[in-house]
Amino acid sequence: MAEAASPLLQVRGLSAQFTTAGRVSQVVNGISFDVAAGEAVGFVGESGSGKSVTARAVMRLAPEGSSVALGGSVLYDGQELLQLPEAAMRDIRGRRIAMVFQDPMSSLNPVMTVGAQIDDIVRRHTGLSRQQARQRSIELLDLVGIRDAARRVDDHPHQFSGGMRQRVLIAIAVSCEPQLLIADEPTTALDVTVQAQILRLLMRLRQDLGMALMLISHDFGVIAGMVERVHVMLEGDIVEDGPIDEIFARPQHAYTRALLDAVPRLVPVGGAA
Amino acid sequence: MANVPIMVASNPGGSARRGRLLLFIGLAMLVSMLVVTIFGPQIAPHSAIAFSPDSLAGPSAEHWLGTDSIGRDVLSRLIIGGRTTLLITFVAVSLAVAAGLVLGLTSGYVGGLTDEIIMRALDVIFAFPVFLLAIAVVAALGPTVPNLILTIAIVYTPTMARVVRGPVLSVKRWDHVEAARSVGVGEFQIATRHVLPMVISPILVQTSLTLANTIFTVTALSFLGIGPPPPDPNWGGMLSEARQFMELAPLTVIGPATAIVFATLTFIVLANGLREWLDVGNR
Repeated sequence: MAEAASPLLQVRGLSAQFTTAGRVSQVVNGISFDVAAGEAVGFVGESGSGKSVTARAVMRLAPEGSSVALGGSVLYDGQELLQLPEAAMRDIRGRRIAMVFQDPMSSLNPVMTVGAQIDDIVRRHTGLSRQQARQRSIELLDLVGIRDAARRVDDHPHQFSGGMRQRVLIAIAVSCEPQLLIADEPTTALDVTVQAQILRLLMRLRQDLGMALMLISHDFGVIAGMVERVHVMLEGDIVEDGPIDEIFARPQHAYTRALLDAVPRLVPVGGAA
Repeated sequence: MANVPIMVASNPGGSARRGRLLLFIGLAMLVSMLVVTIFGPQIAPHSAIAFSPDSLAGPSAEHWLGTDSIGRDVLSRLIIGGRTTLLITFVAVSLAVAAGLVLGLTSGYVGGLTDEIIMRALDVIFAFPVFLLAIAVVAALGPTVPNLILTIAIVYTPTMARVVRGPVLSVKRWDHVEAARSVGVGEFQIATRHVLPMVISPILVQTSLTLANTIFTVTALSFLGIGPPPPDPNWGGMLSEARQFMELAPLTVIGPATAIVFATLTFIVLANGLREWLDVGNR
């Protein structure tokens, strides 16, 4: 366990600047936040508020075809990620920090079996043998609640429903037991009933594996009950942050109040886990 | 599913079934052609290069397609000549596909300056008419079989590279590529395992079309006298030698002409079958 004094992830003055077709736009304006080991932190904001870019910036990922300039500092477990060579960064991705994406329908390779996709990552990061990796894949599918995992491991993504695919993606993300899991709108593309299941799964895995969680959503309803602290983002800035209960009870910023009002009825989901 | 169909759908519906039928016919034609070619020396009734005094003879039980101007058996020459023509075609197209794949994938995936350099270099080759370039290269290097293969590979590489590059540009932005990157998969692996398999269908179709074009180019070069040197037969050369005696012995022209059409048609049928079949099959 890391010392209580230094958080797992320490972000200071993080900025992200995109240059697309010669046009420069500042998407994240020097934000700072901490994520302690095992802690769950939420990021809420509307589309274009910079929350997804923030999440990707931590892993030094940028959308294809754009060039993004990152500034500031991302200290992970005492290591400055923004200075790390790309090869070392690849060892961090998936092994120490992993990510779950919004659209499970398109985030899996359609021509590889789900087992092969998990195997690849496990073998890349842990040096297990082919047989051991396969065993691990079955375990992982079982862990994320896919029934009959030993048979399903050889299925292709199109044989799974959206919710099941998101489970597979979560299995891939937690395959090497990262200390930090970033979930970028993990339930936005799913049915409401499936959303609750996926959120419960994330909660359970976080507790079982002792992971920290960065949960990104536009929906306070999703964040509620999942995280301890929340950061409200607007146009590339964190406009308000604090313990989730406090934000709910006494939102300070007008934008936070507007976001809260935008949720029809606040029913905490996933709180049962 | 967010899979972008790479080939443009022509007539959805009956297209898969029609595609399967065409594919079946094309494959049957290909297999029969390959069998005749591979077992050519065993099948051919006569030597392909031995003369006989019986020149420009009509069809007979001895010479089914008659003999040519110096008394060689036309059928045997057709069978053996196909070996040269098809060998050049297959090897050349394999090289062009391999080169096009590497260049197109690198260019499209890496992008930026690398893309510019590769594509502009290929544009230079692309700017020449295929035929003119082929004639120039063969004339410069000399008309041997390896040179012909090399020439044709060079001539068709830019087309292949473009066919690969286009879909790669779009596939590399798909979510599963970013997802793979987010768990530490290396760029080479992403390019070969997560991007390349998505662009296989246009490559297959283009390969088949290129085979058809190449049969034509190889025979045309031989017809013009810059094909593989005599006395070994090849279809283009046979056509060229026979055309002066067309009225006396029409079969000496009809034979190789039919063979060329058959081979070209085989690959065109295959290409169309593949296209229609993959269109729908590619979920």
